[in-house]
Amino acid sequence: MNESSWELFVSSLGPLVLGAITGTIPLALSSFAIGLVLALALALMRLSRQRWISNIARVYISLVRGTPLLVQLYVIFYGLPSLGIVLDYWPSAIIAFSINVGGYAAEVIRAAILSVPKGQWEAAYMVGMSRSRTLSRIILPQAARVSVPPLSNTFISLVKDTSLASLVLVTELFREAEQIAAFSQEFMLIYLEAALVYWVICLVLSTGQGFLEKRLDRYVAR
Amino acid sequence: MSPADPPRPPAPQGVAQSRADAPALLTVRGLQKSFGTTRVLESIDLTVNRGTVLALIGPSGSGKTTILRCLNGLDLADGGTIDVAGYATLTFDPAPGKKQLTTLRDRSAMVFQHYNLFPHKTVLENVIEGPVIVQKRNRAEVTAEALALLDRVGLTEKKDSYPFELSGGQQQRVGIVRALALRPQLLLFDEPTSALDPELVGDVLRLIKELATEGWTMVIVTHELEFAREVASEIAFVDGGTIVEHGAPKDLLRNPREERTRQFLHRLLFPF
Repeated sequence: MNESSWELFVSSLGPLVLGAITGTIPLALSSFAIGLVLALALALMRLSRQRWISNIARVYISLVRGTPLLVQLYVIFYGLPSLGIVLDYWPSAIIAFSINVGGYAAEVIRAAILSVPKGQWEAAYMVGMSRSRTLSRIILPQAARVSVPPLSNTFISLVKDTSLASLVLVTELFREAEQIAAFSQEFMLIYLEAALVYWVICLVLSTGQGFLEKRLDRYVAR
Repeated sequence: MSPADPPRPPAPQGVAQSRADAPALLTVRGLQKSFGTTRVLESIDLTVNRGTVLALIGPSGSGKTTILRCLNGLDLADGGTIDVAGYATLTFDPAPGKKQLTTLRDRSAMVFQHYNLFPHKTVLENVIEGPVIVQKRNRAEVTAEALALLDRVGLTEKKDSYPFELSGGQQQRVGIVRALALRPQLLLFDEPTSALDPELVGDVLRLIKELATEGWTMVIVTHELEFAREVASEIAFVDGGTIVEHGAPKDLLRNPREERTRQFLHRLLFPF
């Protein structure tokens, strides 16, 4: 690497990291949080004994998983205005990513709930709990442990998928990279640098996953 | 067992006394249950008086566990009635509402074959969960009561352990304490020692026997004939979804009236 490209590398790091901090990370965090709430609701709907309720969730999940995220993003940002619904960049992106995460995480949460032995429901009913209290106090805490690894996967994918938001004009890590690359014409260098920043973020997340798993494992035989 | 008598739920009283004033704690009439097209319970009639220890014996698949689960509402019967301690009689055709089912569960507490302790809660938390969260009783009071019960079964030191740190026998004793802490009128045991290693069975059986002598009303599904003979005041032999024979242990075990009972006992006594 010659001196000028090193200088470019160093001088670009600031804007890229800033793009991550002000764009990528808040976008991923807020979409994940909203997506998880949505996913929990969908998982419970899927588990409902009412056929029509579970079917609504089934169709939702099928649509989300069966269509490209980029298309979902475009429908919301470029499509909705033709119906008179005009959303800003940020809300469009957050809505699209939340809807997407909701669909994927719903199946993770449903599987995690089903992985809790039936005897746990029975013991909770035996001590007099209602269905909703059994869920919140007995089943979900145990399901949480099971769902941390797959949900971490979902989250890490989401962090990288937020780069698509650059296409609906959200200023985040990748959009910064595109602008610097176009200006400097150093495509290889800048895109590799952007990749590096994504990688570092995901490394931090993986470490976090490790801690979380350890904490949730404290009541499990090793 | 600890010599000091810990505070105990008020429900059970001396056998003789309670039989005199309020005879039937549990009355089951014409209870029916099918799983899909399979009839599991034909028509069960059962009366359990206060202070009675009833053992349900019978071959596997006979329906004895289903009877127990219906009594706690874990399985919903399709027909018949259950009446616990004079509360509104529960009718199963049509199915009872959630509220009614809850009243059924309030009266009884169950000890499971596989303990079913909450793995993410400590021993103490397992015991106080129902009384504090569901029954809304005072936490300090419930905790004191729970600690006394744990002391009684020799598990005081394990109060902050998680279930996975306990042996099967210890877990089952916690399961029993969890049931007692609910202050039920009726204790239900579903093969409480079947999942235990043979050397751990004794402690659990001894504890159940103690509870029996204290006057608790219990229904126990068991394979331990010797235990049934010693602890139960009545034995019912269940086969093919019906109660074939119901009587005092010495009569039923020594002189069964029914051929099916005789065959079952013979198979247990001479397995090969």
